[in-house]
Amino acid sequence: MRDELSRSGKGQAMEEYNFAYLDEQTKRMIRRALLKGMAVPGYQVPFASREMPMPYGWGTGGVQVSAAVMVPEDCFKVIDQGADDTTNAVSIRRFFERTAGVAVTERTGEATVIQTRHRIPEQPLEEGQILVYQVPIPEPLRFLEPSEVETRKMHALEEYGLMHVKLYEDIARHGEISTSYAYPVKVEGRYVMDPSPIPKFDNPKLRMAAIQLFGAGREQRIYALPPWCEVVSLDFEDYPFQASRADHDCDLCGAEGSYLDEVITDDAGGRMFVCSDTDFCAGRRDAGHLGRLGATEDVA
Amino acid sequence: MYVAVKGGEKAIDNAHDWLAEERRGAPDVAELSVAQIREQLALAVNRVMTEGSLYDPDLAALAIKQARGDLIEAIFLIRAYRTTLPRFGYSVPVETGEMACDRRISATFKDVPGGQVLGPTFDYTHRLLDFALEAEGLERSAPEAAEAEAHPVMPRVTEFLNKEGLIQHEPRPAVESVPGDLTREPLQLPADRALRLQALSRGDEGFVLSMAYSTQRGYAKNHPFVGELRIGSVAVEMEIPELGFAVEMGEVVLTECETVNQFTGSRTEPPQFTRGYGLTFGQTERKAISMALVDRAMRWQELGEDDKGAPAQDEEFVLYHCDNIQATGFLEHIKLPHYVDFQSELELVRRLRREAEASGQAARQEAAE
Repeated sequence: MRDELSRSGKGQAMEEYNFAYLDEQTKRMIRRALLKGMAVPGYQVPFASREMPMPYGWGTGGVQVSAAVMVPEDCFKVIDQGADDTTNAVSIRRFFERTAGVAVTERTGEATVIQTRHRIPEQPLEEGQILVYQVPIPEPLRFLEPSEVETRKMHALEEYGLMHVKLYEDIARHGEISTSYAYPVKVEGRYVMDPSPIPKFDNPKLRMAAIQLFGAGREQRIYALPPWCEVVSLDFEDYPFQASRADHDCDLCGAEGSYLDEVITDDAGGRMFVCSDTDFCAGRRDAGHLGRLGATEDVA
Repeated sequence: MYVAVKGGEKAIDNAHDWLAEERRGAPDVAELSVAQIREQLALAVNRVMTEGSLYDPDLAALAIKQARGDLIEAIFLIRAYRTTLPRFGYSVPVETGEMACDRRISATFKDVPGGQVLGPTFDYTHRLLDFALEAEGLERSAPEAAEAEAHPVMPRVTEFLNKEGLIQHEPRPAVESVPGDLTREPLQLPADRALRLQALSRGDEGFVLSMAYSTQRGYAKNHPFVGELRIGSVAVEMEIPELGFAVEMGEVVLTECETVNQFTGSRTEPPQFTRGYGLTFGQTERKAISMALVDRAMRWQELGEDDKGAPAQDEEFVLYHCDNIQATGFLEHIKLPHYVDFQSELELVRRLRREAEASGQAARQEAAE
C-alpha cells in the first residue's frame, strides 16, 4: 500500500490555476512573511491570508505555506495525526497533486516538504527538509487573554508572567502541569510560542535540522523555527518538563519509544496501542519487527 | 479493523459521489437551472454576493446550486473563487446620491423630495402562506411597467439635516487615500472606519443582525432612526490612466442605509445627531440596516462616548468574529480527527485520577490510624 501511494508528479497539474494554486504575487507576500519569521524565530508575523478552497481550520495556513515554498522538483508528504491516510491528509495531498503536479510520498525520508497536523514524524528530519505545521490558534497566551491587542503587547514587552502563574497553578492543583498538547515553548530565550497542538511528547524534537514553518490561515499569522534553533518547553527547576506517552509498546511493530494511538477493538474493554506515525510503523514492520498483535493483524 | 479507523481515498471519492447524487435529488424532478436561481431566489443570490464580496449574480446562483442551498457554503465557494482573481485597481467612489432607486424610504420625515418609494418589499405583507404559489403555471402576468418616466432625483435625507448643522458632518478626507483591503492585507487593530465597514459588509448577516439587535435592547444603547434606506443601481466608474478620465464600467445594485442617532454632545460639540452607515450588494436591507447600527456602536471612541463594555462596541470582538467563512471553518474543523491530542489528554486524566486515588487512600489510612 505504501508504494502504491508514492507517485511521481509528471505533468498533470491543473492548467486553470497557477503552479501550486496561489498566484505569484501572493506567494511573494507569504515568502516575505516566512523570511521575517525565520529572522525572528517564534515571532508571529501577520500575513494577508487568502481564502483557500478548503475551510479555515482545516489547514489553510499550512497549505498556503506549502504552496509558497513548493517547487516542481519537490516530493510532498502530508500527515494528520501522524498518518498519511487520514481523510484530511489525503485531501491536502490530492490538492497539491492536482494544482502543482509534484511527486508525493508517504516515506518521511524521501519527502522534501512535509505538511503536518498535530505530529512531528518519529524519524529525525534532515537538513534540506521543510516541516510545515497547520496551526489553529497561533497565540500561546490566547487562553489566558482573549484580546489580540493585549497579547501582542505582552509579547512585545516580553511579559510572560501570566503564563508562569498558570503553570504554577496547575502544579498547585494537580501536582503537575496539566497541559498535554500544544505545550508552550520559549524560542531562543525570547518569544513564547505555540508549537501547534502536537502532543508534548513531540516537544523535544522541535530542535531539529530541518526548517519548521507554522501557518495559521484564519488567524493570519506565520512563524518559523530555523534549523537547530533553541526551543525550550516552559517548566520550573523543581518541576522539569516531561514528555509523556502511553506506557505501552506498539502492538503492530513493537516500537518502544514511539507515540501511540489507542484503538478500541471491541465493546468489552479490548484495546490495542499502535504507532500514530504510520510510515514509521510500516517501515519497522517491513524491516521485520513485530509487536504483540503484529503477526495476527492484517494491516496491509 | 485498525485500518477502518483511518479514512481513505476511496471513502472520500464515494462520499463525493453520494453528495453529487443528493444534490441532484430525485431524478424525476426537473433540474434547477442557474438562471432560475438567479431570477427566482434573488435575495439568496444577493446575500451570497454581499458576503462573498463579489458582484456576479450568475456565479452566486451557480454557487447556491452547487452548495445545495447552503448559503454559507455558497459564500465560501464565491470567496475561494474571488481570491484567485487579480486586482486591477479601484473604482472611483460610487455616487449613491445619484442612484436610480427602486426603493427609497425615510423614517425620519413624512415626505421628502423625490418621495417615499416602497418598491418590492415584504414590509406590510401578511405572512400567510400563499398556497396559490404551490400550483405551478398559474403565475400572474406582470403589471404594465410605468417605467417610461425617468427616475426622479432623490437627494439624500441626511443632507437636509447636514445643511442645518443638526447632524455630524462627515468631511471628505483631505487626501483621497487608497482604502484598506481586508482581502489583501491582514487585519490590524485598531482598524479605521473604512476597514470596519468593509468587514461588516462581508460579515455574516445573522451575526451583524444580532450585534445590532443587542444595541437596540440596551447593550450600548443608542436609539437609531432610519434616516434613509435606498435600493437601486449606480454606475461604477474607473479612472483609466491612459485616458486621464473616469469611464463607466457597468452598474451594480446596492442597498444603502444611513441611520440618524442620538448624541448628547461633548465638551467640544453641541448636541447633534450622529450617523451610522451600511452599504451592501443587491437588495439586502436587513443586513444594511444592521451594519449601520453596529458601525455607529463602534464609533464610541471617535465621538467621545463611554465604553459600556458592550459586545457591539468592541471592535476586536466584532471584527474577529463576524466572518462566517472563518467561523464555520474553525467550528467545523473539530470534526477532523483529534486522536493524538485526545490520547495525550487520556493519559493525563488517567494519571491524575490514579494519583488522586492514591493520595485519597493514603489520607483515609492516616485518618484510620
